[in-house]
Amino acid sequence: MAPLIELHSWSALAPTLILALTGLVLFVFDSIDPRSTNRSALAGISTAGALASLGVAVWYIVAGVGDPTRRGTFDLFGGQLIVDQMALFFMVVVAVVTAMVSIASYDYFLEHAYQAEYYSLMLLAATGMSTMAAANSLVTVFIALELASLPSFALVAILKTNRGSVEAGLKYFLIGALSSAIFVYGISLVYGATGYMQLEAIAQNLEGAEGFSGLLGLGVVMLIGGFAYKTASVPFHFWAPEAYEGAPAPISAFLSSASKAAGFVIAFRVFATAFPIETMADIGIDWTLAFVILAIVTMTIGNFAAATQENVKRMLAYSSVGHAGYALIGLAGLTGTGSNDVVLGAAMMHLLVYGFMNTGAFLFIALAEYWGVGRTFEDYNGLAKQAPMASAAMTIFMFSLAGIPPFGGFFSKYFLLTGAIDAGLLVVAVALVVNSALSLYYYSRLVKALWIEEPVVERDSLTQPTGLYVAIIFAAVMTVVILPGFGPVADTAIEAAAAVVP
Amino acid sequence: MMIETLIAVALVGALVTFVAPNKVAGKLAFAISLIPAALSLWMFTAFDGSGNALLDGQLAFESRMEWIQLGEYSISWFVGLDGISLPLVVLTTVLITLAIVSSWTPIDDRQSQFYGLLLFIEANLIGVFAALDFFLWFVFWEAVLIPMYLLIGVWGGPRRKYAAIKFFVYTNVASLVMFVAFISLVFGLGDSVTSFALPEIASAMLEGGPGSFAGIAGSTLAAAVFVAMFLGFAVKVPVVPFHTWLPDAHVEAPTPASVLLAGVLLKMGTYALLRFNFTMFPDQVEAFAIPIAALAVVSVIYGAMLALAQTDLKRIVAYSSVSSMGYVILGLVAYTQFGVGGATFQMVSHGLISGLMFMAVGVIYNATHTRMVTDMSGMADRMPIAVGVLIAGAFGYMGLPLMSGFAAEYFIFFGAFGSEMLEYAPAFTALAMFGIVIVAGYLLFAMQRTLFGPYRLETDYDVGRAPLHDVAPMFVLLALIIALGVAPELIFDMIKDAVDPILALGGGA
Repeated sequence: MAPLIELHSWSALAPTLILALTGLVLFVFDSIDPRSTNRSALAGISTAGALASLGVAVWYIVAGVGDPTRRGTFDLFGGQLIVDQMALFFMVVVAVVTAMVSIASYDYFLEHAYQAEYYSLMLLAATGMSTMAAANSLVTVFIALELASLPSFALVAILKTNRGSVEAGLKYFLIGALSSAIFVYGISLVYGATGYMQLEAIAQNLEGAEGFSGLLGLGVVMLIGGFAYKTASVPFHFWAPEAYEGAPAPISAFLSSASKAAGFVIAFRVFATAFPIETMADIGIDWTLAFVILAIVTMTIGNFAAATQENVKRMLAYSSVGHAGYALIGLAGLTGTGSNDVVLGAAMMHLLVYGFMNTGAFLFIALAEYWGVGRTFEDYNGLAKQAPMASAAMTIFMFSLAGIPPFGGFFSKYFLLTGAIDAGLLVVAVALVVNSALSLYYYSRLVKALWIEEPVVERDSLTQPTGLYVAIIFAAVMTVVILPGFGPVADTAIEAAAAVVP
Repeated sequence: MMIETLIAVALVGALVTFVAPNKVAGKLAFAISLIPAALSLWMFTAFDGSGNALLDGQLAFESRMEWIQLGEYSISWFVGLDGISLPLVVLTTVLITLAIVSSWTPIDDRQSQFYGLLLFIEANLIGVFAALDFFLWFVFWEAVLIPMYLLIGVWGGPRRKYAAIKFFVYTNVASLVMFVAFISLVFGLGDSVTSFALPEIASAMLEGGPGSFAGIAGSTLAAAVFVAMFLGFAVKVPVVPFHTWLPDAHVEAPTPASVLLAGVLLKMGTYALLRFNFTMFPDQVEAFAIPIAALAVVSVIYGAMLALAQTDLKRIVAYSSVSSMGYVILGLVAYTQFGVGGATFQMVSHGLISGLMFMAVGVIYNATHTRMVTDMSGMADRMPIAVGVLIAGAFGYMGLPLMSGFAAEYFIFFGAFGSEMLEYAPAFTALAMFGIVIVAGYLLFAMQRTLFGPYRLETDYDVGRAPLHDVAPMFVLLALIIALGVAPELIFDMIKDAVDPILALGGGA
């Protein structure tokens, strides 16, 4: 019987394994046919892999894997990895973003020399992110984080002849190395204080660590630094605008959506599981306060910086910092005064919706780069006359990012606001109000450029690259239909959150 | 399922129109908009509700379906109509159809997008008046902003970009403030509320009000929420001093968008005030009655004075809305049957009259390409029909008996004068009545200069009569205005029926 059960629990990790396998298949393809320019085959394999991973993850959620009352959660390797609803939820986010970016890359990397390398690196990074969703010990968290980061550095710098891309890759790598070092030091301090790496075990041994509260506190602060890097939050957000601007736009989409979501899932899991707030508050380490401050500062810096940009891609990069601030409310709100599961669930919903609207927005930038229309708001003037479909989709993304209905971003943002109020964090609620008013200004600026302004220069007629269009329209449709379909999304997210925060 | 059908027809129609060729878009949108208009008129005759929607009334065309479970609270698709919301839904569908017809002449660019947005806004406006779940209502409330932003921004006048973003950001900030206030209230109500359904929240409010929340005592919370929500809605109404977005938006907007902005969008604010502030917070209404009445009177007088100072016909009509909406607030705060009922009646009446005025100014502008009072003279000579309608509308505004404006203002003044809750009610009413004198002053003055006297507009183009499809919508509106003026009980009976339960709360009559 034993091996059968083993097989069973392995298969719980299938969404991640499929991504890893696809990455390897791409390697094999590359070794059989080096320097292949068969873009359809490569993009096809990687999209198919991502979609298979997505399908399995969705199927698992529907079938009740991870639901304690149905199939139950799956612990692997003695609790090092866990497949629960939260893991599956974020595996869905990672897989769907990977699929969209793969399709879009088909057109974007038309002339690129390293086709197979690009797709396999992306799938390996996606594997890392998917593993982050399931990581349940500081060791696996760190390994998964590095597995996601290392290919990402290469991906940002993949346009080898483009100075901006290489520079962005270097900056991303240096800050990444620094924050990884801080993170791993934080892990060692936590291990020193509690004697465990596995998250539940840390939680159980916190009482014994009372004498080491300074050590533990320092460790926690360093862990927060590591998460801040991965989620592009203050104080490790500097790399984000540089990397997103220099990287090829599909990779910016990939990093700002999937990588951010993966960063958040480890933050959610580590803090909710390993450092339950009641116990930590007894020891004297109230980490929700740290996240309250980080959330306010991150959203404010992100939005104010975004409002002053002239370059559209940089604006989106800073808006991505701002949205990290919104999602941090999910951790800041775990004060215990309100419903913990609702506020954490709201942050999860926001990251899912963000996976569609932000990926879509960056892919529209990719489309604009493909057309060669330029980088500033002015360069986008009057695009709606030539490409109404894509511009309508971009308008949907912008209004959704600003939290205007009838788009998905509305519900997730207002649920975060609701969660913040429920937790009694009226300061955070006010900060969110001020920031979203400001964000409306700069998001609508792009809408204005697309629809209202007249083109500054004459443009040739624009082509309609199939892959990019498919990905953008898909993201737009999802951003719209997720609003009426928010019931199941909210149920899954809140249930998943409830399993993590008691 | 009737309300769902209305919204669905408008939404699907919007999509169809959006992809239709520009040439047929106007006619297509008109044909589609006839369906909701006809359906809503049928609903008007088949209305079987009674009482107030929030206060255990019998809802007409009710439907309710679970949508999202947010922790302990459920959000549902919950729509239904009572005597307050039904007239506003009919007003919306009728005005949209007329606005579409009135756009055929002025809109000559990107027609399919324009008419698509008009139908999209219709779907959301119906939703605002029909929704009875807070989140659902808020979805529609906010979704109105996008089409209006684009209508002003793309098809508007020279300063359209500024006007559009000002409108967008102003009203969005107001909504956010209102949202935070209302959600705090819901959490303050604690376990007595398990959903965001407005009737449930209203009954929880009336049966004890909020407990302490986030360190704020219950009574303070209720007062703070009342004030924050009042401010949030005051921007939309708009009440002086939150009115500055209105003249910009109105003047820059294309005529059909102005018609909707004045005709329906402003009513969203007063409708929300009535539904939330004046239904859920009877004690706070009493406590804040004097400042609110003062704001109302200031809006009436100051709005009218601003209108007096304008030389642009469209600006005159725009500022007059500030003044007219002041009457609505005065009627609400009086808290009597004729006050609150009259305020609701004025919402409908002003929607018709201001729609008519904007259309008439638009028709004159189409012909003359100017709106400046100083440029025009003797327009009655060249455009007798359009000018005739404009004069009729102006007299409706001034409150000529047998027109709906008279009935509305008479009800409001009658109700406000006898108010028991509002101290110094007669003084406030008298001051507000003085506003009518100014209204008559600026309207007559403007008309005398532009419409009569010798014709002297020097143009190198021919100023001819307006085509039939420009004047026909105005005659429809005029007919409705006179119908409501002659027989206000057509809608006033159902309004009274829905308003009475509110007044029973405050102990008024």
